[in-house]
Amino acid sequence: MTESGPMTGPVLTDGTAGEQPRSADLSGVPAKPNPTGADGEIGGSFWRRFVFRRPLAALILQRLGLSVGLLFAVSLMIFGGIEALPGDFATTYLGQSATPQAVENIRKDLGLDRPWSERYLNWLGGAVKGDFGTSWASKNSVSEQIGNRLGNSLFLAFFAALISVPLAVGLGMLAVQFRNRMPDKIINVISLAAISLPEFFIGYLLIMFFAVKWGVATFPATVYDSMSFTERLSAIALPVATLVLVVLAHMMRMTRAAILNVMSSAYVETAELKGLGTFRIIARHAAPNAVAPVINVIALNLAYLVVGVVVVEVVFVYPGMGQYMVDAVTVRDMPVVQACGLIFAAFYIFLNMAADILAILANPRLRHPR
Amino acid sequence: MSDYKDYLTRQVMLGKMNRREFLGRAAAFGIAASTAGTLFATSAAAQEPKRGGHLKLGLEGAAATDSRDPAKALSQFMFVVGRNWGDMLVESHPTTGAPVPALAESWEPSADAATWTFTIRKGVKFHDGKELTVDDVIKTLQRHTDDKSESGALGVMKSIKDIKADGGKLVLTLTEGNADLPLLLSDYHLIIQPNGGLDNPDAMIGTGPYKVASFEPGVRATFEKNTDDWRTDRGYVDSIELIAMNDATARIAALSSGQVHYINRVDPKTVSLLKRAPTVEILNTSGRGHYVFIMHCNTAPFDNNDLRMALKYAMDRETMVQRILGGYGKVGNDFPINDTYALFPEGIEQRAYDPDKAAFHYKKSGHSGPVLLRTSDVAFPGAVDAAVLYQESAKKAGIEIEVKREPGDGYWTNVWNVQPFSTSYWGGRPTQDQMYSTAYLSNADWNDTRFQRPDFDKILLEARSELDEAKRKDMYRTMAMMVRDEGGLILPMFNDFVNASTKQVKGYVHDIGNDMSNGYVATRVWLDA
Repeated sequence: MTESGPMTGPVLTDGTAGEQPRSADLSGVPAKPNPTGADGEIGGSFWRRFVFRRPLAALILQRLGLSVGLLFAVSLMIFGGIEALPGDFATTYLGQSATPQAVENIRKDLGLDRPWSERYLNWLGGAVKGDFGTSWASKNSVSEQIGNRLGNSLFLAFFAALISVPLAVGLGMLAVQFRNRMPDKIINVISLAAISLPEFFIGYLLIMFFAVKWGVATFPATVYDSMSFTERLSAIALPVATLVLVVLAHMMRMTRAAILNVMSSAYVETAELKGLGTFRIIARHAAPNAVAPVINVIALNLAYLVVGVVVVEVVFVYPGMGQYMVDAVTVRDMPVVQACGLIFAAFYIFLNMAADILAILANPRLRHPR
Repeated sequence: MSDYKDYLTRQVMLGKMNRREFLGRAAAFGIAASTAGTLFATSAAAQEPKRGGHLKLGLEGAAATDSRDPAKALSQFMFVVGRNWGDMLVESHPTTGAPVPALAESWEPSADAATWTFTIRKGVKFHDGKELTVDDVIKTLQRHTDDKSESGALGVMKSIKDIKADGGKLVLTLTEGNADLPLLLSDYHLIIQPNGGLDNPDAMIGTGPYKVASFEPGVRATFEKNTDDWRTDRGYVDSIELIAMNDATARIAALSSGQVHYINRVDPKTVSLLKRAPTVEILNTSGRGHYVFIMHCNTAPFDNNDLRMALKYAMDRETMVQRILGGYGKVGNDFPINDTYALFPEGIEQRAYDPDKAAFHYKKSGHSGPVLLRTSDVAFPGAVDAAVLYQESAKKAGIEIEVKREPGDGYWTNVWNVQPFSTSYWGGRPTQDQMYSTAYLSNADWNDTRFQRPDFDKILLEARSELDEAKRKDMYRTMAMMVRDEGGLILPMFNDFVNASTKQVKGYVHDIGNDMSNGYVATRVWLDA
């Protein structure tokens, strides 16, 4: 990583919508000849032709290649990070009740006495084949446990997204329509209040009122195998509500800002002069052009819903990925931490890629370099 | 007077007072012993255990990394899980701490306490239907004493030299005499498993009152009644559900909304709030756990006993108990034993906060300049606050303490037992011998005060094989005085175990052995509708 590291893949040129910080990657496709393809002439010209004919496929391919590289970098960083933490698995796991003999036994058993590079490569070899090994602490298969936990996390994230995304976009459009009038102000104040409160606090407030005082909601939100679907839904009601409140404002405000941004452009003025109604202008003319930054914010929030909800999981006693990883970090359970880290990274990378592709699909002008 | 009688009766009914304590208090107030005895009997009879129901407990201390193997059980959660499905050879008495029979019916030491013969109970069945044999016991002990073992009981078990059967009896030979051996076998790791758990240590098959129905590490464990249980005085509820709740507020919310019947680890700071809920009962039990400030006796400036004494007198213990423990604890006396231990040396004068004496010793030590104290909130709850309180009380004696807050992650590796002056926590041990052997014997692994005294070691080893209780008590007294007046330990307080339940939960036993009724909470309580 001498120059700009993994960022050298698809050159992230100047954005089309400069005022949105994230939209810089939207162009995705190289504006100048691709540096990775430029070295071999034949390969280079083939790549250039491919990029020209199938810009979308080229973008996806590039992104995938980059993602794999990024994942490797992430795994190395996680490994290094844990190596740098004070104490290894043996001492941390046994804690204050450890005897030197027990520590020694565990170290030998897990091969912690071998150099880190060897251990890393061993682990990587397994991970490439989809085998994340067994947890050092519980001796269970990591892949199996993650299957379970990831399912729980996705279940929670799915319902949170199902409610928050349409709600945020709808409220955003509503706010634009009633710009600077009462509904806009109410929406703004409430969403700002929600985003200003830390999520654990929102969680506690919901628990206090809905579970303790009124007794209408299920708490704790622990889910397990033998639960029926409806029981599960009732169990996750409070955490989903918390997550919706936490992510709503971000997406709503971005929708509002992006549409307002477009509203000041010439073609919207034309539409207004044509005498179209406000809602029609917003829905038909402004919204499609404002979709790129909104998709990006939604993607970031979706990623957050999967990987960033540790606090919510702890507060609601929900067995998801975040809690799983935190437990593993506490005892330096390497295989689990690595696997979780990689899956989280994969989620971020995938959702960002999806956001970029969707943005390009929504706005064909982004498809070709200028 | 009748009010007080009522109060006492209620205490007994709530399980807050045992018979001995009750008789003692009743006598002190002039209630005749016979009346008191009847009272106790009535109140206890009113508490005839009810059977049935589904008990839910919200417990702190579970992790996704928890192992099913009892040898590797470490967390509070797994402690209770193990108590539900397994039995040890010996248990400890809830109020006296003395060893009582469990899977071992009886035992007999040799004169030098180095050879012990245990009679194993007959007719006990494992959950899989197999009958318990001496061989299962031998295999279990062998698994935990193996040098390659990762067992948490390895330190306890390493004095066992030989394990063999002698016509249906178990014979243990030790490297040296140990009068406390039966109590050591009550260690919660030493659950007797079929074939010693050698085939499948993770099977969770034992002889306990409940069978494991499901177990998801870090999330939940459920249990069903073992209808073949060899005991009738436990296992009152039909099924148990343990839910992992590592967040203190979540536990309190779950209890006050009635979603669980019992929670552990109630923060003393929130007890007064929780008490307001009409359905909630606070259960606090005196424990052996203690919060400590440790000085290395062999490292300057703490190698000077006058400085150590100065720092001991500069500690305001009463304030510590009030402010850090919220009153849920007892003051310590600079040795790691309190009256919950059998053979506790009574009558040792309580050390009190005395700025004058502290200043006197400080001057005599010839030390000047600040003393650096390292601390972190992982050392014990409120450790940083305690350090600052200490800093204030020491200031009045003219001693300057500099408090350095260390990161919690890695505290046990980098600070505790490494740096010369730090804060820490000890969980207590089943016996005095074990407590001293773990942390005060010259060559102990965890001698965190660097207390190296051959004369102390000698008494400790002699006391270990002494079967005469009076002589032993005397020896423990001498040892306590040595640690108290010459050691590097400042022990301001023993913390209570603070748990809470709904009022439906009856029969809670305040066990001095360990937290959560020594882990037996789910097997001892019943639900009153």
